Amino acid sequence: MTTATTAKKPSPILRVENLHKYFPVLKGVFRREVGRNLAVNNVSFKVYPQETVGVVGESGCGKSTLAKTIMRLYEPSQGRVELLGKDLATVRPRELRDMRRDIQMIFQDPLNSLNPRMTIYDVLSEPYKIQGIKMSYQETAQTIKALLAQVGLPDVSLTRYPHEFSGGQCQRIGIARALALRPKLLVCDEPVSALDVSVQSQVVNLLLTLQQELGLAYIFISHDLTVVRHISDKVLVMYLGEVVEFTDSHSLYTHPIHPYTKALLAAIPSVERRELRRHIIKGEIPSTMAPPPGCKFHTRCPFAKDKCRHEKPKLRKIDISDVIKKIGKHDPSAPHLAACHFAEELAVADVKAVEQDT
Amino acid sequence: MKLHPSTLQKIRRFKSIRRGYYSLILLTAFIIFTCLAELFVNSRALLVKYEGKFYFPTYGAPIMGTELGEDYPYEVKYRELKKKWEADKSSDNFIIMPIIKFNAYENNFYDLKDQEGYKIAPPYPPSFHHGHYLGTDRNGRDILARLIYAIRVAMVFALLLSLITIAIGSSIGLCMGYWGGILDLTGYRLLEIFSAIPMLYSIIFVTSIVKPSIVVLFFVFLFFNWMTGLADMRHLTFAAKAREYVLSARALGSGKRRILFKHILPNNMYVVITALPFLIYNHITVLTSLSYLGFGLQEPTPSIGLLIQQGASSFQKPWIITSVVTLLIIILVMVTFIGESLREAFDPKKYSQYE
Repeated sequence: MTTATTAKKPSPILRVENLHKYFPVLKGVFRREVGRNLAVNNVSFKVYPQETVGVVGESGCGKSTLAKTIMRLYEPSQGRVELLGKDLATVRPRELRDMRRDIQMIFQDPLNSLNPRMTIYDVLSEPYKIQGIKMSYQETAQTIKALLAQVGLPDVSLTRYPHEFSGGQCQRIGIARALALRPKLLVCDEPVSALDVSVQSQVVNLLLTLQQELGLAYIFISHDLTVVRHISDKVLVMYLGEVVEFTDSHSLYTHPIHPYTKALLAAIPSVERRELRRHIIKGEIPSTMAPPPGCKFHTRCPFAKDKCRHEKPKLRKIDISDVIKKIGKHDPSAPHLAACHFAEELAVADVKAVEQDT
Repeated sequence: MKLHPSTLQKIRRFKSIRRGYYSLILLTAFIIFTCLAELFVNSRALLVKYEGKFYFPTYGAPIMGTELGEDYPYEVKYRELKKKWEADKSSDNFIIMPIIKFNAYENNFYDLKDQEGYKIAPPYPPSFHHGHYLGTDRNGRDILARLIYAIRVAMVFALLLSLITIAIGSSIGLCMGYWGGILDLTGYRLLEIFSAIPMLYSIIFVTSIVKPSIVVLFFVFLFFNWMTGLADMRHLTFAAKAREYVLSARALGSGKRRILFKHILPNNMYVVITALPFLIYNHITVLTSLSYLGFGLQEPTPSIGLLIQQGASSFQKPWIITSVVTLLIIILVMVTFIGESLREAFDPKKYSQYE
């Protein structure tokens, strides 16, 4: 899954353009708006068919908000979310309902994502009822059985309730519900974070099998970098609601550019990646209500200079192939986007550090 | 109707809490009894046989004296007629009276004398001879009859009021929690204003202008209690709106009606159910205290508060206050038991379960 589908480009399933989502901060008797919480700030990316885009970042960086805004569970404040050429962010409710057949979502908490008062039959027949697909009880039961078999729960009684299942089973039921309408794109909001490690890998592998069988595209949100690496073709790194780095998953993990990405990778315990050790950062993520000026990461960046405090870096294509060649690593063919003023200098410094180390 | 297993579990738990379960059975039986009080407590006969014909005078238009061979053109005095027919052995006419053969309104006067030969004025003490098992009040009205009718009035009043107010309050709360925005803002400010008004004083104020009847009181109570359960429902709906099963229903394209009535309301109903007994308790006590103070129900409506007031002002005739207070306490304790047990049965901390 790590080979990027860049050679022959089909049209993207999803095109997110300059997406913003801010939550107003209200105060007082009349709830006046006294501030804005910038949860998602100017995010753009594309998802191609059968491709997985991973989204990583620490908690509070706007990953989930991004997912919910793409799904239009939150109204986008600004920007476009084009699904198969139509703007999901502005369509009328009736049309939105039809468009939802193509895009579905899997949630974080397996048990919480199923209504405790509904049987499995009720949960899985709901998509058809909502979308106005009329089927007899027998037909529905058969369709549901097939769906459950597809997610690896072939012998489940349809009259049981969610609390009678384990977390992993509930998550599979959640996936079955998302697949019921045969979507083309699945937005997975931390689908394995609440599961045991052994169950995590089962669910991730299920998602990979389903991708091959059904030709699905995924947006896979997680704070677990190893899981994202396993499943993603491309990875989007977010910090304080902004994209700081976007590239294919292989280049991101072999030669990250942005200091924040390096810090994230440095947090994975490893014996090989010694060059990353100098990137370990401390401190808390700043408030999105009063984000720092300039580069948002400068408060925690070990390499921050004056420029970073005043000037906001743009997300730009960065070519460090000549630097990478020196240390004999893979040459990236995919465009590598990062938002850092000193990307090139830092890459050189990294190489020096490795040379000194060896 | 198929019940959810957790609902069944709650019912099982409720049944296992004996005091609540038995209180519920007893109180329900008692309410049914008071609703059929005309059959048990009445000055009209249950059954009359007159010259081969049967009459059931309990419900419906009164039977005139002339119809039963008497010479007066107003309603039959069944107690007197019964005595007359029993004395006359020749005919097979008979009258069957209810257990308590007085209604709540009639004034009974008896020719009773004390040891010194003075005539005793009502209240008359309890006597089996006259059929006043709990005695009479100052106007010679049977206390037991008045009590039963008074409790019927109070219970129906409190039950209806609780159901209506909580239905109004929680539906508004549901809408406010779901739609938020300007609706929530104005609704919540209104709630704050209403809950800052001292209800008892306002009712005293209103009823001193308008002559209070049970209907007037009902609407006044409704006016001050319409927001019952609103805040709870609003907060819970706010929380439920962000639950993932609600989000997933929205992601599937579900309409608002389905989300509100299939996903949010059934999971929030427990606030309504656990609040009900305490609301009933509250309405009974408020109605009683208002009537006691003279601002609630007025004579001659049978009312617990008025009986307490009579009893309290004539302590040397203790049968009035003892019976009223005893019955009131028993009923309120039963309502509280039901409420406590419901709360316990619904308490997730006492019985942990996945939900």
